[in-house]
Amino acid sequence: MNASNPMVHRLAVAASLTLLASASASAQDARALYVKSLAATCANCHGTNGRALVGAGVPGLAGMPAPYMVQQLKTFKDGTRPSTVMQQLTKGYNDSQIEAIAAYFAAQPK
Amino acid sequence: MLQRRSLMQGGAALALLGLGACATPTPSKARVLVVGGGYGGATAAKYVRLLSDYKIDVVLVEPNSAFVSCPISNLVLGGSRTMADITTPYDALVKNHGVTIVRDMVASIDATKKVAVLASGPTIAYDKLILSPGIDLMWNSIEGLKAANDAGTIVQAWKAGTETMALRRQLEAMRDGGVYALTIPEAPYRCPPGPYERACQVASYFKATKPKSKVLILDANQDVTSKGPLFKKVWAEQYAGMLEYRPQHKAVAVDASSMAVKFEVHDEVKADVLNVLPSMRAGLIAVQTGLANSNARWCNVNYLSFESTAAKDIHVIGDSIQIAPAMPKSAHMANSQGKVTAAAVVAQLNGWEVNPAPMLTNTCYSFTDAKQVIHVASVHEYVAAEKTFKTVAGSGGVSAAPNEVEGGYAWNWARTIWADTLI
Repeated sequence: MNASNPMVHRLAVAASLTLLASASASAQDARALYVKSLAATCANCHGTNGRALVGAGVPGLAGMPAPYMVQQLKTFKDGTRPSTVMQQLTKGYNDSQIEAIAAYFAAQPK
Repeated sequence: MLQRRSLMQGGAALALLGLGACATPTPSKARVLVVGGGYGGATAAKYVRLLSDYKIDVVLVEPNSAFVSCPISNLVLGGSRTMADITTPYDALVKNHGVTIVRDMVASIDATKKVAVLASGPTIAYDKLILSPGIDLMWNSIEGLKAANDAGTIVQAWKAGTETMALRRQLEAMRDGGVYALTIPEAPYRCPPGPYERACQVASYFKATKPKSKVLILDANQDVTSKGPLFKKVWAEQYAGMLEYRPQHKAVAVDASSMAVKFEVHDEVKADVLNVLPSMRAGLIAVQTGLANSNARWCNVNYLSFESTAAKDIHVIGDSIQIAPAMPKSAHMANSQGKVTAAAVVAQLNGWEVNPAPMLTNTCYSFTDAKQVIHVASVHEYVAAEKTFKTVAGSGGVSAAPNEVEGGYAWNWARTIWADTLI
């Protein structure tokens, strides 16, 4: 209403900064949600949140160090590590998806 | 007056849900109503809770007290697994994840008022509805089949449960030298490789206990619809002289008194045990709600969020949907869709953009006897330009040959997906 008033101007700036901060918080929350749902594509065999069932014959992914997991997934993908389904599945994921999945599981409690 | 009545029913439904009889049918927290507790619905219910950090209320309407798995149910027919092995109670969804379970059926859905009416009368209001009703068997597609099924003479056992045991008992009672005939409807139907796995399981049982008996597959399709070369190799090598495959046999009628099945073109076939699978379509509640807008059989969805193209805020998942290219009607796929849909619903209820690049996977194991397994796997990405899912180029594939290593993986796949879906 009175843009030339410095007080009003300061308030407007503060308000828009708050809006920006909350918009970027939402964007972060949304991004976290996308990564969680991407990682959930592993859960059918490796357990919800990467916690495998006892005796399931597949590794639990929760708490697995990210660099190790990225390396394993890439060796499945290029066939260096032999597998039944893992090569066929990892070929469906690009490098940035593999890195996002590995970072997510590394942060999960075992 | 109508409004008043619906408010009272809403209040009654809330009381029924143990949420207190509020004056308004809309709770302060967002509510997601999930209809159908199969692989799609139970997964969606659990993952809406998980992905919302337990901030969104979830109500699951399911008539059964326990989940009975279709995958592995063929092994009950073969005799290497029991009904107890494939049954999981729903309790853990309540205890571990705070899902409210209502043991009932949904009789109707008012998509405009966003209210579902239970068969027992009360209504449940929703912000988002996830519908996962499975398949409806089209009894009328085969003359005489409904009556024969009602009499218990000809079973389908395609919805795992009491008919699974009924079919097992028929196989146990059959004389050595008898014929088991399985008819397969035209695709699409639930679980493409399922009938061929079933034929292997029955043949495996016969080979061990009734070696003079025969398994006859009568397939309406042009050829084996999944894992064709692998199944044909198993039949030729492991079940030679016992198992016969006949393509292009579309069943049109059955005669329960003579245990005969009639075909569109070929001569009728008689059998000692007849297992007739009729055509399939989306679950009845989807059809009745007007959501089955693809050939009046399957539900078209926006694949980004699985929201129905016919009704806002109703998402349809699992075997009921009109599939994208190369997308099987399978348990693993329904579980995958449940997760993508849970994430989409959580995003929408928070006012966030829906994930623009969702992914789906599918792994399907078929047991060729009690221990050996063949698989098919695929990865599906959303292709925005075409508004559909497509398999990622270069991904996916099948087993080289039946093997016991994958037999172990397959059983653990089952245990793990049951836990991921229900526990």
